[in-house]
Amino acid sequence: MIHPFLFLQWIEEQLNLHIGEHVIYTWLVMAILIVVSFLATKSISMIPSGAQNFLEVVVTGIDGLIEETMGKEGKAYFPLIATIALFILVCNLIGLVPGFYPPTANLNTNAAMALAVFGITHVVGFRKHGIGYLKHFMGPIIWLAPLMFVIEIIGHMARPLSLTLRLFGNMYGHEIVLMIFLALVPLFLPIPMMLMGVLIALIQSFVFTLLAMIYIAGALEEAH
Amino acid sequence: MEFFAWCMMAAGLGMGLGSIGTGIGQGLAIKAACEGVARNPGASGKIMTTMMIGLAMIESLAIYVFVVAMIILFANPFTDHVLALLAH
Repeated sequence: MIHPFLFLQWIEEQLNLHIGEHVIYTWLVMAILIVVSFLATKSISMIPSGAQNFLEVVVTGIDGLIEETMGKEGKAYFPLIATIALFILVCNLIGLVPGFYPPTANLNTNAAMALAVFGITHVVGFRKHGIGYLKHFMGPIIWLAPLMFVIEIIGHMARPLSLTLRLFGNMYGHEIVLMIFLALVPLFLPIPMMLMGVLIALIQSFVFTLLAMIYIAGALEEAH
Repeated sequence: MEFFAWCMMAAGLGMGLGSIGTGIGQGLAIKAACEGVARNPGASGKIMTTMMIGLAMIESLAIYVFVVAMIILFANPFTDHVLALLAH
């Protein structure tokens, strides 16, 4: 695979670190998020301006989305959902800047987030319903339970897999398409693809967040 | 060597076949969304969001095929086997 020049990877090679470019760029995204949120909350005022204003819009938007999808109960999961949403969005968008590599174009980053969502779903379910959470897997009719149990387990296992592969495939596919277009016609032709990349970055982070919310809300609701 | 030729064939044909179903599915989804907006333009915001989620879901089918094609092309688990057999 031909990679474009990645400056953090170059620094890593100079230092002989052997970490992997996706981990380094993950740290970069974390640093960006931490610094921006620190700067925005340094001097909070009643009449927001600048960075505080921007972040308030973002946080209010995510808050409204959670309220709309999960109801009042979902407020408790705002930190997890908002972190995932902002992290994936910044990761996806950073790939459009030359010299940067989107960490979400690597399977490991996505698998980590998807497994975290998978784990929290079942932890939340067991904490809310106790042992009665197993009713979620039993289906509506009791004598069909052994069959339904197997099917539901497979369905639940497929969730982190599909979450991981959807985000990975979209971001990695976009990288490859850009690379091929750059090799064919370097001038102007990649521009529409990059515009579509902005759209893909937004939609995929939205979809990942929404699915995480739907899964947690599904574990919270009563078994039918 | 024939093995690698068939790998190329499999990746290309698989991606094509995968795109057929995804294309039909996305077309149906967008058709329904357009009809919905034409009948009730007031609901366009909600229809748009739902359609986007649905499209991303349908698209993931093609994405799975893409991942498999990439595995066949760049991370084929049988490459070492075949190369060892060819060396004989």
